[in-house]
Amino acid sequence: MQYLLMIYRNEAELGKMDAAARKAMTAEYGVFTQSIIQSGHFKAGDGLQPTSTATTIRVRDGKTLTTDGPFAETREQLGGYYLIEAKDLDTALSIAARIPGARTGSIEVRPIMIYD
Amino acid sequence: MTPAEIEKIFRDEAGRALATLIRLVGDFDLAEEVLQEAFAVALERWPEAASPSNPRAWLVNVARNKAIDRVRRQINFRSKQQQLTHEIELDAQASDETGDTTLDDDMLRLIFTCCHPALATDVQIALTLRTVCGLTTAQIARAFLVSEDAMARRLVRAKQKIRLAGIPYEVPERDALAPRLNGVLAVIYLVFTEGYAATSGEALMRPDLAQEAIRLGRLLDALMPRRGETKGLLALMLLHDARRAGRATESGDIVLLEEQDRSLWDRSQIAEGVKLVENALAIPGRPQTYAVQAAIAALHAQAPSYQATDWPQIAGLYEVLLRISPTPVIELNHAAAISMVDGPARALALIDALAARGKLDGYELLPAVRADLLRRLGRHAAAREAYLAATEATQLEPLRRLYARRLAELDEQAS
Repeated sequence: MQYLLMIYRNEAELGKMDAAARKAMTAEYGVFTQSIIQSGHFKAGDGLQPTSTATTIRVRDGKTLTTDGPFAETREQLGGYYLIEAKDLDTALSIAARIPGARTGSIEVRPIMIYD
Repeated sequence: MTPAEIEKIFRDEAGRALATLIRLVGDFDLAEEVLQEAFAVALERWPEAASPSNPRAWLVNVARNKAIDRVRRQINFRSKQQQLTHEIELDAQASDETGDTTLDDDMLRLIFTCCHPALATDVQIALTLRTVCGLTTAQIARAFLVSEDAMARRLVRAKQKIRLAGIPYEVPERDALAPRLNGVLAVIYLVFTEGYAATSGEALMRPDLAQEAIRLGRLLDALMPRRGETKGLLALMLLHDARRAGRATESGDIVLLEEQDRSLWDRSQIAEGVKLVENALAIPGRPQTYAVQAAIAALHAQAPSYQATDWPQIAGLYEVLLRISPTPVIELNHAAAISMVDGPARALALIDALAARGKLDGYELLPAVRADLLRRLGRHAAAREAYLAATEATQLEPLRRLYARRLAELDEQAS
């Protein structure tokens, strides 16, 4: 099965990190990503620019409405994702628990829908 | 075989047969449906023909064939199903030994899957009662005071999540086992406490739920016999339940431990519980919460009277519990035990100090415990106030009636 691991964290808290802490976190993500590439679970993964760069669009009655900012204001914001291949939810959850961001933010684990 | 005998076999075998079928067909709903069909076939055939020597294996085989038939019928529509049929047949060949070990493993798989932490606690409870205990949706809905529709939806969503999210049908391995087992035990204990001390409604106890929880505890202890925490929980439930007949009057009024007629307690169940506590505590390792709680329950159950209870040892055991996991309920019970060792004044000081530090916030029995201590100290006005607060804090009618009785006694002494 495939699972999307969505990494949510508080951007304001993240903004308070100094350069050294940022560097350490990036390195930690690098090690983690390498480890799931090697174990064969990795399908894709990226970090996202902060929600201050987000644009949301809605099309209603044929008209496109464009607004500045994310879909919803929340305490924690989506900051990145991994798409992984795992044999079951327990495996996916144990991989999600190893994402560095799990210690300060939250990881939402969602199975990918299969159309047949 | 008479229909009644057949019904009994169904009741005894349903859980285990279902557990194996879920593994074979890989789907809760399909497994439940084909097991029902197998029951229908059995009701037709067993009265006349000689009944099978192993009814469970017979049910599993008939149901499995029904599942294969169903999937075959759908093959024309979906090519993916072809593979599924293939898998079912393969599994069927591999597991033709419907031996007891395989079936025990399947039962454990079912329990751990129903109590998976990816499901909400109330969902874990409902699913366990439905599939492991074989209660009907209507029975579970009644027990938890929700409509049958709402309970049915909850069960459907749970089974959907198991399938779509890929919750594995497995007993967790090594490192994951201990925390997951604690989750299973917590579900069993929640079923028991809802049965033993209902949180709302007219009746103080719902013995049917308590009985189901004890059955689950026995099952788990039989399946994983070397686990001290499982034995501890089973002992705790047996010892509490053994005192059931003394806990309420015929009209449903609560009888406190100090006023209970101890001759009503179930002595053989107490003996069984005491033996289990001893076994649980003899298993090496750190003392487990349930086993220590059971040891306290054993001291109460064996005491000839409230006064002649071994209070110093009970207070000591509560201190052990406080070191494992300090919770408001344990703090309060510890204070109550201290009141029997060092007197109510000491206990009241202890509770008020804890409350001042915010350790007992939101705990609804706090005013009731304070009220009792104040009453024993002869501080009637303060006790009155605390009983009124206790009445406000509870949803349970029998407790409200108890506090009303206490208030009346205080009024009588004042006049």
